[in-house]
Amino acid sequence: MAFLELVGLTKTFGATVGVEAVDLAVERGEFVSLLGPSGCGKTTTLRMIAGFEQPTAGRILVGGEDITARRPNQRNIGMVFQAYALFPNMTVADNIGFGLKVARRPAAEIHARVSELLALIKLEEMGDRYPHQLSGGQQQRVALARALAIRPQLLLLDEPLSALDAKIRLSLRNEIRAIQRQLGITTLYVTHDQEEALSLSDRVVVMNRGRIEQVGSPFEIYNFPQSHFVASFVGTLNILPAEAVDPVAGIVRAAGQRIAAPSGLSGMAAGEQVMLALRPELLTLNRRQGMDNHLEGVVETIAFLGSIVRIQVRVHDALIALDEFNNPNLDLPAIGDSVAFGFPREACLILDSAG
Amino acid sequence: MGARRFWSWLWITLGALYFLVPLYATLHFSLQAKRGTLSLLAYQNVLADPQFYRTFAFSLQMAAATIVTGIVLIVPTAYWVHLRLPKLRPAVELITLMPFVIPAVVLVFGLIRAYSRPPLLLVSSPALLVGGYTVLSLPYMYRAVDTGLRAIDVRTLTEAAQSLGASWPTILWRVILPNLRVAVLSGSFLTLAIVVGEFTLAALLAWPAFGPYMALLGQNRAYEPAALAIMSFGLTWLAMGVILWIGRGRQGGPSELTGTH
Repeated sequence: MAFLELVGLTKTFGATVGVEAVDLAVERGEFVSLLGPSGCGKTTTLRMIAGFEQPTAGRILVGGEDITARRPNQRNIGMVFQAYALFPNMTVADNIGFGLKVARRPAAEIHARVSELLALIKLEEMGDRYPHQLSGGQQQRVALARALAIRPQLLLLDEPLSALDAKIRLSLRNEIRAIQRQLGITTLYVTHDQEEALSLSDRVVVMNRGRIEQVGSPFEIYNFPQSHFVASFVGTLNILPAEAVDPVAGIVRAAGQRIAAPSGLSGMAAGEQVMLALRPELLTLNRRQGMDNHLEGVVETIAFLGSIVRIQVRVHDALIALDEFNNPNLDLPAIGDSVAFGFPREACLILDSAG
Repeated sequence: MGARRFWSWLWITLGALYFLVPLYATLHFSLQAKRGTLSLLAYQNVLADPQFYRTFAFSLQMAAATIVTGIVLIVPTAYWVHLRLPKLRPAVELITLMPFVIPAVVLVFGLIRAYSRPPLLLVSSPALLVGGYTVLSLPYMYRAVDTGLRAIDVRTLTEAAQSLGASWPTILWRVILPNLRVAVLSGSFLTLAIVVGEFTLAALLAWPAFGPYMALLGQNRAYEPAALAIMSFGLTWLAMGVILWIGRGRQGGPSELTGTH
């Protein structure tokens, strides 16, 4: 049985549906991210698990126990907020020890646990400081330590890195994952940053308009998106309108070309309008040999993005992006050049045109 | 630029004179109790009067009770309005402004009428005076607390405390109130200033308070009321100084830091 189970979890705000019939099972010790754009219901889902929002319908089970009606202070769920939410009137040590003090633990135990957590977040020397004397990254580490101090059965993180700059975000991201692995705590992480979700998680839950679009490992989510939304939200994707020619053989027609896609397009009929989706990094410029497919077009823009160069090619009405690894010997076309690019059939994602 | 500076200073000087000249005149007058020389006789007379201590001590007690009542009543109310009933904020603000609209004399007659017969026979109880003072100080205390609450992220701090197992009283006592320290203190000092100088309620409810004592002194003596006025002024400035001292260096500090950046 899963450690955390959401069963038909629904939340409405008047006529607006915030979260609609969400079913999710999270195993003990798993790190699961809820990923989606603003307003997709990921934070509302997290807040219902924390007890800050009461579900309109559905149940929340932790360790087989129904906690839906339990008050937030009786759930033993640690939470880390985007805005840190450290108590400004307390020192770092008092912030970390707050939950244990509330639980009336002995002073010696509180002291030992606070020291242990300060060591875990590598802020041993900062116990006497006040939150305003710390940097954003340090404050968020303290917030993490505070949430962990009560030995919660579940850890919830609500966009904890959003307020930090890019460099700190990256290092803290790794730190959070390392601590989570070390403690083996079941963790639910809310983010709108796909890179964060993909790099941190055991599994990613992609949400859109209050519903779960897809649940899977980062590899599955990126390489085998099951809907137009997931495909376009996670990573960069080129979309071409296409028509199923031979669904069993996986043949479609796009931009006037016959394209070989993975065989067995389930549930599709010949002549049906579909979407051909292509990842930029799977397209190879000026190479047809050994490729199952190729398309031709005119170069419109070339952008250097550091380690990669993004070339945008106009193919009929669609603008197709190609990523080439940057190197000093790269033979780049000029803007306005006619080019061809090839791709294997495995690179083709065929999506329902309805999305 | 020079002309602008000149006019700025001119207006500041005129404004300062408008306040300082009467103050100086009162101070000078209070020092003239002994004919032909400047002396502290009027101050000595005031301080030698046992009535001064009795009435001042009584008013201080009433002020303390009013401050405690105000904090107990207003902090949880303002907190709840911020947290759960933000739409009610204009209505609550309007209610707290009522003492500015309703004169104290109307309030006191209302109190006497409502509480002068059983089962609510309270006219002879200091509780009624404290109740009246609480109403009078409502705009000041509420505004101070409201401003303090606006400076902190009430909702997130509350939720953080809840997730750590804290109950409502614990959240209020250990998280919210300490972060409203400066706000509550400034509300308290304003309440103190109002209660200590208040005349109408104390006189009409027949309590030996400092306000009626000052009025009585003003009717019978010449220099002592001026000395009292200076002493009250000094007390008010002392209170203001204490507020500033307590709130010193808190720009961007604990009371204002909410972590929302």
